Amino acid sequence: MKQKAPVSISSNPHSFCQGCAQGIVNRLIGEIMEEMGTTDKLVVTTDVACGAMNVEVWNFDTIVGAHGRPIPTATGVKKVRKDVLSVAHLGDGAAYNIGLAETVHGALRDDDVLVLVLNNGVFAMTGGQTSATTLVGQKTTSSVKGKRAEKEGKPFHVEDVLGKMDIAYLARCSVDSVPAIKKTKKYLKKAFEKHQRGEGFCLVEILTPCPTNWGLSPAASMERIRNEVIPQYPLGEFIDRGGEE
Amino acid sequence: MSKVLMKGNEALAEAALRAGCRFYSGYPITPQTEILEYLSWRMEEVGGEFVQTESELSGINMLLGAASAGARAFTSTSGPGFSLMQEGLSYIVAADLPLVVVNVMREGSGLGNIGASQGDYWQVTRGGGHGDYRTIVLAPSNVQEGADLMAEAFDLAEKYLHPVLICSDAAIGQMVEGVELPEMKEHDINKFDWAVRGCKPGDPIRTIQNIYFIDNDYEAHLLEKYDKIEKNEQRWEMVQTEDADLILVAYGISSRMCKEAVKEARAQGLKLGLIRLITLWPFPNKAFENLAPCVKGFLTVEMSTLGQVMDDVKLATGCKYPVDHYGSMMALPEADGIIAKAKSMLEEVGK
Repeated sequence: MKQKAPVSISSNPHSFCQGCAQGIVNRLIGEIMEEMGTTDKLVVTTDVACGAMNVEVWNFDTIVGAHGRPIPTATGVKKVRKDVLSVAHLGDGAAYNIGLAETVHGALRDDDVLVLVLNNGVFAMTGGQTSATTLVGQKTTSSVKGKRAEKEGKPFHVEDVLGKMDIAYLARCSVDSVPAIKKTKKYLKKAFEKHQRGEGFCLVEILTPCPTNWGLSPAASMERIRNEVIPQYPLGEFIDRGGEE
Repeated sequence: MSKVLMKGNEALAEAALRAGCRFYSGYPITPQTEILEYLSWRMEEVGGEFVQTESELSGINMLLGAASAGARAFTSTSGPGFSLMQEGLSYIVAADLPLVVVNVMREGSGLGNIGASQGDYWQVTRGGGHGDYRTIVLAPSNVQEGADLMAEAFDLAEKYLHPVLICSDAAIGQMVEGVELPEMKEHDINKFDWAVRGCKPGDPIRTIQNIYFIDNDYEAHLLEKYDKIEKNEQRWEMVQTEDADLILVAYGISSRMCKEAVKEARAQGLKLGLIRLITLWPFPNKAFENLAPCVKGFLTVEMSTLGQVMDDVKLATGCKYPVDHYGSMMALPEADGIIAKAKSMLEEVGK
């Protein structure tokens, strides 16, 4: 195992909460870029909110996009610079609430863009309000008695919406354990390789914890992913176009 | 180069390509849709990229990406679509990005109607989106000027690293006139070091940011930028103002009716003049300096119910003159109506 941080991750101080998984995902991106030899080709467009704080620690070119619109912005980059790896980095609120139209139409056009959705089931930056992926019964600061399916809706599953579309890749993974992180890296690398070959729209959803807004310790948050979130949000590859069946 | 007959909207689109623009993302809305339709086939011919997006929200943010990567990029819209783009425009200003947005004005608030109107003056000159900002606004009055200003718009955007709006209207967008198109130019996507493209480990990274709270001299940078634009980029046309009793102030399609009104009024012995605004922001304050002593007042002529240009004329003249407004958001101002209003205004002033 490599002990040194990837060159694409700086040692600048970060402002993430204890137990946040942004760091895990960042390390995976950095390792994959080194393995592929593409660190100097990466351009990431973040959403606003917690993900935007990554621009302080990433050692590569970035754009801070508008809330819910990193997918079209990353598409704009790719359209005019075919040689870059263009990633849209966003949360569940951005990808499935305010930016759902952008997510669906990016997929419909099969745009050459790699979408990375960190799904923690809440609007974290604004204090943990209900998002499209909040579980039924889960208490948030905007559903204080727990999310009610009949009022706020059932949790959104990206595979229900994009699962039958003609896109390059669609997968869900998690960071709740070392084996899960290894699998996440595998999915992520596959998506990056497909993106490098210009195969079309790739979306990888990563189940991540938010200890601050869940009111749990970092360790208990990982347990919650295992015991409560994964049963509702199955992991795996939903679309792997051109891959082994 | 010889002239060709072209629709105003299509001339704008072709002029953008000739300025080296190779990216367009937008959404259909009348009365600007010809721009999108034209580019849907023409952009490919010049090796550029065209995307019809799912909304104006997506269109303006895709444009943000293309401009961040260093391409010359533009979009076009009208009325409700222009309102949808305001959040994106505010981000683009905050990120100091050069690009061009065309607003072919239509009638009214709400859905309104598709006919020519000039009701977006406040929106285009006051910022339009959230926060402290303005954008450079160019207002063509005919098809040729639209093509010329489009070429210039990209240069201005890059000079100040700021978005430039072209404020046209349904009449100029839809009319067909002779136009001499600018020469085809190439734009170097690597012209600017700040444009994202991927960076070698160890090299300085590029960040297209719109959060500057940590930058101590950000406000000084802003003030300097806006001061420079106001000082250097005012554009206007004077028509017989040197001996005028009353000066009309207009832009776009209304200014053409004003030129006719000045001519007819003078044939009747009434000395009218015209200040035609070419930049709406920066407002051409310099045009209102050193006025002849005979000037008794100003009449703005706009396709607007409320008379939106009046405020800026009052500011430019230090509120020293009577300022009134003539026009309707629903109908082109006619020369006879302008002259009648000018006469009654002069009688009122003379009392």
